[in-house]
Amino acid sequence: LVQTKSKKTLAKPGVKNIVLVEGVRTPFLLSGTIYNDFMAHDLARAALLGLLNKTSLPKDAVDYIVYGTVIQEVKTSNVAREAALGAGISEKIPAHTVTMACISANQAITTAVGLIAAGQCDVVVAGGVETMSDMPIRHSRKMRKTMLTLNKAKTLSQRLTLLSKIRLGYLTPELPALTEFSTNETMGHSADRLTAAFGVSRREQDEFAFRSHSLAKKAQDAGLLSDVLSVNVPGKGIVSKDNGIRPSSMEQLEKLKPVFIKPHGTITPASSSFLTDGASAVLLMSEEKALAMGYKPKAYLRDFVFVSQDPKDQLLLGPSYATPEVLEKSGITLDDIDVFEFHEGQILANLKAMDSDWFAQTCMGRKSKVGVLPIEKLNLWGGSLSLGHPFGATGARLVTAAVNRLKKEGGQYALVAACAAGGQVVFDL
Amino acid sequence: YASGTLQPGVGIEPVTFLNPKAAALIAVKDDVAVIRINNPDSKVNTLSIPMQREMAEVMNEVWANGAVKSVVLISSKPGCFIAGADINMIQACRSAEEVTALSQEGQKMFEKIEKSPIPIVAAINGSCLGGGLEFALACQYRVATKSRKTVLGTPEVMLGLLPGAGGTQRLPKMVGLPSAFDVMLTGRNIRADKAKKMGLVHQLVDPLGPGLKDSDVRTVEYLEEVAVGFAKGIVNKSIPLTKRKGIMQKLQDYAMGIPFVRQQIYKTVTKRVMNQTKGLYPAPLKIIECVKAGLEKGSEAGYLEESQNFGKLAMTPESKALVGLYQGQVACKKNRFGTPEREVKNLAILGAGLMGAGIAQVTVDKGVNVILKDTATEGLSRGQDQVYKGFNAKVKKKSITSFERDTTMSCLTGQLDYSGFERVDMVIEAVFEDLSIKHKVLKEVEAVTPPHCIFATNTSGLPIKDIAAASKRPENVIGMHYFSPVDKMQLLEIITTDKTSKDTTASAVALGLKQGKIIIVVKDGPGFYTTRCLSPMLAELLRLLQEGVEPKKLDLLTTSFGLPVGAVILADEVGIDVAAHVGKTMTKAFGSRLDGGNIEVVTTMVEKGFTGRKAGKGFYIYEKGSKSRNINPAAEEILKKFKLSAPPSVSSDSDVQYRLVSRFVNEALLCLQEGILSNPMEGDIGAVFGLGFPPFLGGPFRFVDAFGADKLVQKMKKYEEVYGNQFTACQLLQDHAKDSSKKFYK
Repeated sequence: LVQTKSKKTLAKPGVKNIVLVEGVRTPFLLSGTIYNDFMAHDLARAALLGLLNKTSLPKDAVDYIVYGTVIQEVKTSNVAREAALGAGISEKIPAHTVTMACISANQAITTAVGLIAAGQCDVVVAGGVETMSDMPIRHSRKMRKTMLTLNKAKTLSQRLTLLSKIRLGYLTPELPALTEFSTNETMGHSADRLTAAFGVSRREQDEFAFRSHSLAKKAQDAGLLSDVLSVNVPGKGIVSKDNGIRPSSMEQLEKLKPVFIKPHGTITPASSSFLTDGASAVLLMSEEKALAMGYKPKAYLRDFVFVSQDPKDQLLLGPSYATPEVLEKSGITLDDIDVFEFHEGQILANLKAMDSDWFAQTCMGRKSKVGVLPIEKLNLWGGSLSLGHPFGATGARLVTAAVNRLKKEGGQYALVAACAAGGQVVFDL
Repeated sequence: YASGTLQPGVGIEPVTFLNPKAAALIAVKDDVAVIRINNPDSKVNTLSIPMQREMAEVMNEVWANGAVKSVVLISSKPGCFIAGADINMIQACRSAEEVTALSQEGQKMFEKIEKSPIPIVAAINGSCLGGGLEFALACQYRVATKSRKTVLGTPEVMLGLLPGAGGTQRLPKMVGLPSAFDVMLTGRNIRADKAKKMGLVHQLVDPLGPGLKDSDVRTVEYLEEVAVGFAKGIVNKSIPLTKRKGIMQKLQDYAMGIPFVRQQIYKTVTKRVMNQTKGLYPAPLKIIECVKAGLEKGSEAGYLEESQNFGKLAMTPESKALVGLYQGQVACKKNRFGTPEREVKNLAILGAGLMGAGIAQVTVDKGVNVILKDTATEGLSRGQDQVYKGFNAKVKKKSITSFERDTTMSCLTGQLDYSGFERVDMVIEAVFEDLSIKHKVLKEVEAVTPPHCIFATNTSGLPIKDIAAASKRPENVIGMHYFSPVDKMQLLEIITTDKTSKDTTASAVALGLKQGKIIIVVKDGPGFYTTRCLSPMLAELLRLLQEGVEPKKLDLLTTSFGLPVGAVILADEVGIDVAAHVGKTMTKAFGSRLDGGNIEVVTTMVEKGFTGRKAGKGFYIYEKGSKSRNINPAAEEILKKFKLSAPPSVSSDSDVQYRLVSRFVNEALLCLQEGILSNPMEGDIGAVFGLGFPPFLGGPFRFVDAFGADKLVQKMKKYEEVYGNQFTACQLLQDHAKDSSKKFYK
């Protein structure tokens, strides 16, 4: 079946062609399982080395490295640099880390695109990493203050006075928040309100979760998830499969209790993504460079937008806003897209939002709704609900999955979208 | 009236009851009847007689229908569940018995609700107050939205009444004796999350953002869906009606089971009420009586006591005065000058002192950009800190988030120069009370602001027309007299001159309303209305002090008359320097009629630095951290130096009170007579909310009505014989004294 496209190519005159050569990721594993002893830079290094091996790219051919991450390990705040050094990449090659909640890796990729487009670099590795098996748990602010003042205290009596001020409450640790700083609301709570606002039923969510796990399992069994690397975890053997895919039955899903809003919420452990460890990486180049080095690029990266909305009530609606914008920018329509890879964070609310004239007119300032997203083209190899969602790494997984699906399914255009706390991104490929 | 058309429900095809005249509409979702209350004649739902009748009919229909297994009660009004009983309904009654009958009717209806054979879930969004809360309390289960508009409470006490439809009986059982007293005796609004903690509601529902519909609409729909879920859950026993009690709760219940403990609580609460009200307000004591009757003599006695006391209270002058104030307050929250042509979006305040910063604080969180300008960095920084502290206190109380505090503070700019004044729509000056300084800033401001910019002066005494004399655009000049502390005092007195344009007035009122103020608009004149009333009272106070009445005794006499703070403390709060300054201006304007004590006393005090609370020393000594205040011996010395002999014929305790009050009241009436005030109601509101005139008296005008103008004139004549024209009753008062049918309030 040949579909006619509104445009033959999205290439723009005077704009450099930027290509994706390859994308990889470590297996995404439930937090607290096999990656338990890894630090974030270990995972990031594994993805980086995997990418270099898979592409046989010489270590000195890389111009720049960008990684995204959300919850930073304070010892390796520039995790990209630590991973690069650890991977044996020349210390002369710079690396930096970006953060933008769940789209941190998307931000890393667009940063790389910018570097190449500006002519600063030709070969950039972009990726993302997250580990929730270890988190920087801090002393309380009061305790930290006391400890810092203690450093400056000169005499024993000064120190004793300070120590005597410590109260039991000071010892309460501070966990990294998964709450929006501005609204103090957890993402799960916000998501549950969002599904209610869009009238997404519990049943619809259960069905979607079931679909995600079933499709992921199928893709895994069929060997379609070719981006997954084999990683040797010292003392625990080699891992080469995601371990969060658990296809069950609708009956089992129906039995689950809501996790965020109790007892009347609709989001359950199945319809929210589990805490995940993992890292991903993609190799981006200018087209000339790729060809000169003898690579056969997998896809062009054409357009992207970031949008942002009210952090309280529209926290996870980015894809709804960004999709029409990026399509307009590229000059194509929803029908032209062959492959959709959307982050599965409140995707159903987004589908409903895009299909609502009221929402388009009242909230997005558009004349009419975006349209119905063809679900038969969406996340056919599983998504964040089943594969997992290491916050900083998901963006690069989405892009790689979209590219690999384009190749496999023989499509031309793919669209990637993800929602994040505050911001949001879409790519055309 | 809502029609009886089909209301679509979820799930099974809805069955609908035909209910053509109803203010309550029923839809059936599966086997749950959803009753949507929607008073057709008003923006809010109140429990009026027709509403009660219809509710009774609707409930009977529901109970008679065997297919219905449970009920959800919800309101279709945005931001309002049921705002309370209809005040007019109570006001229309001519006797205590009539009111008692109303109360009993309500009690009966709610008893039926309480004993309903099928569970009733109250789904609360918006205000659930008074009778509305009592209705909800009678239901078997309560779900409330966490919206900021959702508040629960029993404000009856503020109207001199009590919760008369079972509230005094159900609340103690539901939330325990101490909390029940707290709720009923303060009448305060309780937010949903607090209500859940207290055990007033079972479940909370989060407000939703915009989705496929408007967020308010969808939130109510969602509340209904969730409530229907709970109703079904109660029927199939998956949702328990009673919460498992914690250890603290069990302990408290055990303690409350001991009669001795209960007696102690009644005693403590009564003592506290007496301390605060001096016994001048009957309602709180009656509330305690009703609760006591219910717990000690059984519920039948309790309900009887409640309905009878409700009837009695409704007939008290205190309740009538408080209801009058409530109605006046509602009227003073409207802009009778219409919508201004331009909204004030950018406001500049000159002077970052207590006043200036206070005005900034109440404005900056209302979507208005505020420039706070001072002449020195120290003053500016102090002012900005004051604003920050105000919002930070709200963060600590969890009424706003720290993030909201920060975004609000971002709308405040502190500066020392006039930059940005070209964008300013209004300037409020709160600089030193000196005409030449006011003229100077007025000219400076007019040189840098756009032509439409309004110049509002926050003076407490200087006539606005004198200030406006220096203006190129006198039609844009207006007085906005705020009261300190601005964030606590509800009153704003707006003063117009002959030249002030109507649009300028409308704009000033609109801003004041945005700031949450109760507003009276008065004509220009020395001291306007409030300062003018206060001034003769302070002059008399000074004379009484010179005559040797102890400050503490004066404070006791004035608080026992009903003033919230003693008159001497009030003078210290206002500031002795301010009092001296105002006193001089007023005497200059009105001559000996406004004299009293010797002004030398206060000028000497000012010279010595005893300027009142702000200086730490006035008539009293104020020490940080200490609540007890001692007499300032040095001030006592000064008083001794200026000692006068007290004429025994006019120096009894009661004389002391009436000398102070009659001068205040007479001056208030004179303001109406002269047209400074446009009506008695604004005079009452101004006196109560700005000057602390005893609320249970309802204000000077209502006081004259209730006390009797003739009786007051008699008293004043006695004082006039001793002190002369300062006690000459004004013409208006004399007219009312001569003709007892003349009243300020019909």
